Amino acid sequence: MSTRLNKGGRLIDRSTAQEFSFNGKRMRGFGGDTLASALLANDQVLVGRSFKYHRPRGIVAAGPEEPNALVNLGRGARFEPNQRVTTTELFAGLEAESQNHWPSLEFDVGVINNTLSRFLPGGFYYKTFMWPRAAWKHLFEPIIRASAGLGKAPKERDADRYEQVYAFCDVLIVGGGIAGLQAALVAGASGARVTVLEQTAHWGGRAPVDGDMIEGTPADAWIAATVAALSAMPNVTMRARCMAAGVYDHGYVLAEEKVADHTPGDGRPKHRLWRYRAGRIITATGAIERPLSFAGNDIPGVMLAASVRDYVVNFAVSPGDRTVVVTNNDDAYRTAIALKEAGLAVPCIVDARTQVTGALPERARALGIRVETGRGIAKVKGGKRVTGVALCVQAGEGAVLEEIACDAVAMSGGWSPVVHLWSHCGGKLTWDRQHAHFRPDAARPPTNQDGAAMVYPVGNANGAMTAAQALADAANGAAAAVAALGFKAEAVAASAAEVVEAAMEPVWIMPQGAGVKLKAKMWLDYQNDVKVSDVQLAAREGYESVEHTKRYTTLGMATDQGKLSNINGLAILADALNEEIPRVGTTTFRPPYAPVTLGALAGESRGDIFQPLRRTPMHGWHEAEQAYFEPVGLWRRPYCYPRAGENHEQAVHREVLNTRNALGLLDASTLGKIIVKGPDAGRFLDMLYTGVMSSLPVGKCRYGLMCNEQGFLSDDGVVARIDEDTWLCHTTSGGADRIHAWMEDWLQCEWWDWQVYTANVTEQLAQVAVVGPNARKVLEKLGGMDVSKEAMPFMTWADGTLGGFPVRVYRISFSGELSYEIAVPASMGAAFWAALHKAGAEFGAMPYGTEALHIMRAEKGFIMIGDETDGTIIPQDLNLGWAISKKKADYLGKRGQERTYLASPDRWKLAGFETLDGSVVPDGSYIVAPGTNANGQGNTQGRVTSTYYSPTLKKGIAMGLVRGGLDRIGDVVEFNTVTGGTVKAKVVDPVFYDKDGEKPNV
Amino acid sequence: MTRYSVFAIAKQALNYHLGWERAWASPAPKAQYDAIIVGAGGHGLATAYYLGKNHGITNVAIIEKGWLGGGNTGRNTTIIRSNYLQDSSAAIYEKARSLYETMSQDLNYNVMFSPRGLLMLAQTHHEIRGYQRTAHANALQGVKTEWIEPAKVKELVPIINIDGPRYPVLGALYQARGGTARHDAVAWGYARACSAMGMDIIQQCEVTGVRSEGGMVKGVETTKGFIGCKKMGIVVAGHSGQVADMAGFRLPVEAVALQAMVSEPIKPCMDVVVMANTVHGYMSQSDKGEMVIGGGTDGFNNFTQRGSFHHIEETLRALIETFPMISRLKMLRQWGGIVDMTGDRSPIISKTPLGNCFINCGWGTGGFKAIPGSGWAMAELMAKGEPGPLAEAFNMWRFKEGQFIDESVAAGVAH
Amino acid sequence: MLILECPYCGVKAEETELSPGYEAHLKRFGPGSSDEDFEAYMFARKNPKGVHFERWRHVYGCGKWFLAARDTNTLEVFGTYPAQSSEPPAELQAKIKAKRPDWKGYK
Repeated sequence: MSTRLNKGGRLIDRSTAQEFSFNGKRMRGFGGDTLASALLANDQVLVGRSFKYHRPRGIVAAGPEEPNALVNLGRGARFEPNQRVTTTELFAGLEAESQNHWPSLEFDVGVINNTLSRFLPGGFYYKTFMWPRAAWKHLFEPIIRASAGLGKAPKERDADRYEQVYAFCDVLIVGGGIAGLQAALVAGASGARVTVLEQTAHWGGRAPVDGDMIEGTPADAWIAATVAALSAMPNVTMRARCMAAGVYDHGYVLAEEKVADHTPGDGRPKHRLWRYRAGRIITATGAIERPLSFAGNDIPGVMLAASVRDYVVNFAVSPGDRTVVVTNNDDAYRTAIALKEAGLAVPCIVDARTQVTGALPERARALGIRVETGRGIAKVKGGKRVTGVALCVQAGEGAVLEEIACDAVAMSGGWSPVVHLWSHCGGKLTWDRQHAHFRPDAARPPTNQDGAAMVYPVGNANGAMTAAQALADAANGAAAAVAALGFKAEAVAASAAEVVEAAMEPVWIMPQGAGVKLKAKMWLDYQNDVKVSDVQLAAREGYESVEHTKRYTTLGMATDQGKLSNINGLAILADALNEEIPRVGTTTFRPPYAPVTLGALAGESRGDIFQPLRRTPMHGWHEAEQAYFEPVGLWRRPYCYPRAGENHEQAVHREVLNTRNALGLLDASTLGKIIVKGPDAGRFLDMLYTGVMSSLPVGKCRYGLMCNEQGFLSDDGVVARIDEDTWLCHTTSGGADRIHAWMEDWLQCEWWDWQVYTANVTEQLAQVAVVGPNARKVLEKLGGMDVSKEAMPFMTWADGTLGGFPVRVYRISFSGELSYEIAVPASMGAAFWAALHKAGAEFGAMPYGTEALHIMRAEKGFIMIGDETDGTIIPQDLNLGWAISKKKADYLGKRGQERTYLASPDRWKLAGFETLDGSVVPDGSYIVAPGTNANGQGNTQGRVTSTYYSPTLKKGIAMGLVRGGLDRIGDVVEFNTVTGGTVKAKVVDPVFYDKDGEKPNV
Repeated sequence: MTRYSVFAIAKQALNYHLGWERAWASPAPKAQYDAIIVGAGGHGLATAYYLGKNHGITNVAIIEKGWLGGGNTGRNTTIIRSNYLQDSSAAIYEKARSLYETMSQDLNYNVMFSPRGLLMLAQTHHEIRGYQRTAHANALQGVKTEWIEPAKVKELVPIINIDGPRYPVLGALYQARGGTARHDAVAWGYARACSAMGMDIIQQCEVTGVRSEGGMVKGVETTKGFIGCKKMGIVVAGHSGQVADMAGFRLPVEAVALQAMVSEPIKPCMDVVVMANTVHGYMSQSDKGEMVIGGGTDGFNNFTQRGSFHHIEETLRALIETFPMISRLKMLRQWGGIVDMTGDRSPIISKTPLGNCFINCGWGTGGFKAIPGSGWAMAELMAKGEPGPLAEAFNMWRFKEGQFIDESVAAGVAH
Repeated sequence: MLILECPYCGVKAEETELSPGYEAHLKRFGPGSSDEDFEAYMFARKNPKGVHFERWRHVYGCGKWFLAARDTNTLEVFGTYPAQSSEPPAELQAKIKAKRPDWKGYK
């Protein structure tokens, strides 16, 4: 059984007991514990169930490579699934429950899959569940879905918040083990700006656990002194609990700092996402121990040897009273020694190598530990926990030599450098035969914007596997990294006592001649239940590429992304293909190194600040009036202003009728306003607009159309000539930024010798449309300038004052009524708006929203960008040929419009429509044509573009495109409905209201 | 070829699965084929499959520079839908969707087509009108879609937030028979079926040149030597420009990176596929339990299969706004694919300036869902030398004439 | 996450400050041009897997358009220069040629 030892534990604080619960059971741990060490201290060996077969699963590792021990953590708005217990710091009140079982962890009916596992090999689902056809959706898939998945789905909105920070440094060092600290010393001394990240709460990594001696002292002492020295350097920043998740191009690194995971609800952000831009990146990310593939290597109690050591040394937790160590290398002997020194029993060290003579084995032997060489484990005994192991000859097929009772197994198959960050941007790997692992190939690094090496791996992460080698490598790597940035550094490394380790021996299957029965119990990927036999099956069936095998078997696709399983799986695949391991290659390393919380990636942009909100000066007034808003770009515009008892439609109709009959006020501030100025401004606008703007007299307004180079209509608006070399261009509300950028594009990149300046002054001005038969009256009441027909005819503008406000008044109309659009400085917008309402009260002033605006313009047959246009419409389609100059040699879009399809007489053209029964044509409806096309689709001859109930005319009106356009007036066409019917409508003139245009011209 | 079935599995189980045959052969190339398909992704394999099945042409080689299905076929978010606006798009995507319905049975390989339903959310009034237009177009095109109100959206997707402060859900276009399929299985299933017809799938073989004579294609130079052919189909997605260059013509195509990601797996919480185009994000839950999330494309030419982080950030912002409960889930893996974007963002299935050389490319961000329809149409084009009705509108000369197939017009995106 | 140096303001701008504008040095064809020339101007793109000349705008900075030479396969940036350039500066072309001997030139 696993338990807490009564002394030791370098990371725990026995004075701070912390209560927590697991599956509702009260347990006790100490400050400094991880949830993993606390569970083991409470003899909780069984912690979860595997993905496919629902096999019992225990803790295997002590770090982010843990594949098994994932729990549902917390509750309610702080509930979090798939929390890895090995990286979860214990805190008082922590609540965890195990995952993926029903009804309970101990008795899981899903384990039936395990009994049937023989019938469920890798990829079995591709070969069955095909009949009957409907059964996949209705039967098989629901069952598979329910049994798959891991943690429960959260139900509530996240109670926590997340921060993001941009940061910059010359050298970013990832990993706070001795290699990272050594690299920081060298880089820091050079004067470079250095940041060191460490994913755990502790500096120094594994060295203290491994008993390394540095500069003649235990590693702990050197680490403490080094951390103190680095912290005192002004150019060095140390950040613990911060995991570098991904390396992106040009020195960009994402790192997730776990700020308040261990202090939930204390008001701090849960996580902080650091967005680093680094000159060079040093990866001192260490190495991960590999499991060995023997039958039953997944039974709870079988753990990585170094992790066992971690639990004993760091947390004073023994995974078992009697631990058998199985290995192919010397390092695992450290575990046996640590266990023995802690007073625990090590019945046997099972070493696959036939010759074992190194210093560490000798020490183990001297401690009286039995060492069996040339041996392997034939099979682990036990169900929900280990009860013993059966030994065999490694060279054989698994005949049992003896059985040894034990309650834990510590295994080591060698070490793999953590090369993820090196690989994210394309760093290549080389196969190291001595250690049987992939390590970074310095000749093929990931490169940055200058084509230079961007990442410098050091220490274990670079295949320097002993403390002495790692320190020397780190000093060299750091010196090279800062030298590349122009800093001078000396590659001086701390000295470490060299413990000579004998060569490891690659062992991919134990015993090497194991038959199919044993291989079907050798787990490679613990979480996804991928076995040696599955990889061999994949190879047999032709899934030869490592990517095929991965995808076919799901090897390495679990939440640990193959940190434990990939190399072992590759070796099995290579063997099955009779290929060298490096020729099989690895799967692609993708960010993140370990999973990162989505909330942290999204940052603070949630709820009200999800996106920037653009407000007009009158926005507060609209809110106070409880306007119903609609988003228009980043603006929100009042759609209508419902009064008590009104629905939106009724409000819109009231607003239309009031504007037509009395006085309507529209906040038109969102309308784009761009000043175009300079000696060549007229010439420029003549290229931009389809019409001629250079000839527009000062004081006059003219409607203009803009097309893209394809010839398609992109924006429209009224242009006013302000003075000899200044024009003001109005754009649509959504179009201001786009059109301004468009102008700059042409001015800077094509006609860069033209003297033109542009300024987007949209937000400098508030604008109000004063509309309706009483429009002039209210302005006259405000007083200050002559707004009479004579002084200000239609399509002119004038500067002046109204009610004391400095104004620019445009006599233009988008509603068909007498109308003035009045611009005031933005700072006066709200006051001017209020003044208009006050003065207009006696004339029936009411605000109107965008929907009333749309209806009124449709009643007049005015087109709307985005309704009548969709990016495929040319002005000619909309009968706007009058706004296209025939005289100009060129304008943007002219050549595009000459192409055969755009010049075709068969194009659909704008017309008006009235249903025969007065109803409203359905939005989006198409005009049907007889027959079907070659693909069996119903033929069409047009479609509706705008369709409304006209409160003015008391019937449905519509605009649309139809083959033949206005030539079809009088014809009856049929609009389709989604239910398969049609609505008959007559083709009419699209101007439904005030055909002669008398209303605005008063 | 052994038929796959539960009985076959049971039989093999008794023998510890040692008796399974290769799913596809791995032959050396022959000197000459009736047809060569360059590219063993989903589209290339489907083209070969329908060349054999529909047109009886089986002396075919499919040449792949990497491993089959290793490009965008294995890197997408597996969405299948046909609720397109334009007639020619709707025709080919609906053909594809209908072929997906029976693909597992046709190929005797379970591609796990899951018609779980697909929603495209309308979050502005403009989007409502756009989707209503699509619904009306679909009604005439024989594509079954419907407009649904917010309450129904909430019923279909309980985890959705329909009252977001900025972009409340105003309704959705719903395609009940849209859904997902297992992407790798589509490539593997086609590969197995092609191999069973006697076609040669030649992996690890890169085309280095195109040989022609008198304006007609004669074969391809490859890293495994020259391979002759009577007809050639280029189906290489992101690398179309490079192969077209060898064949002597230029394409209206640019390659950009499209990113996607998955979360850690959780128990089922979302049955349908949801696309939110106003805020640029889409999400479904895989059978494994991962939330599969797609985002936008970079705006620059890129062949690295890596994208820029800010797109991931923007997508996640949008999706957390739409599905607040995902905030505490974790991103397990992110990746990028190279997508080939044409001038109108619609594909090209076309004859080329080189005789008997045909091209299929430009699927941009929407290729997976089209695979069977694309293969069907491309096979017809290659077999007959002229496009059939499915392919006709997708010719590469439409750009000269200005006859676009523009799907972006209906508030939609081409994912 | 690219970094490009704006040749106007000298800022090493990150991608999020910039807006991309695809292939540079396209010649505009207007009225009177042939169908082929117009189509090529609008659509035909080099789309090289390698050295690419492209347009960027320092949109959240000085607002200027500039041009960049960048490898689309490694994302190495060879240099940036003002948009008011009819062709890449000679020294930039030499630099690219030195780094990519197989490069066939910008045309």
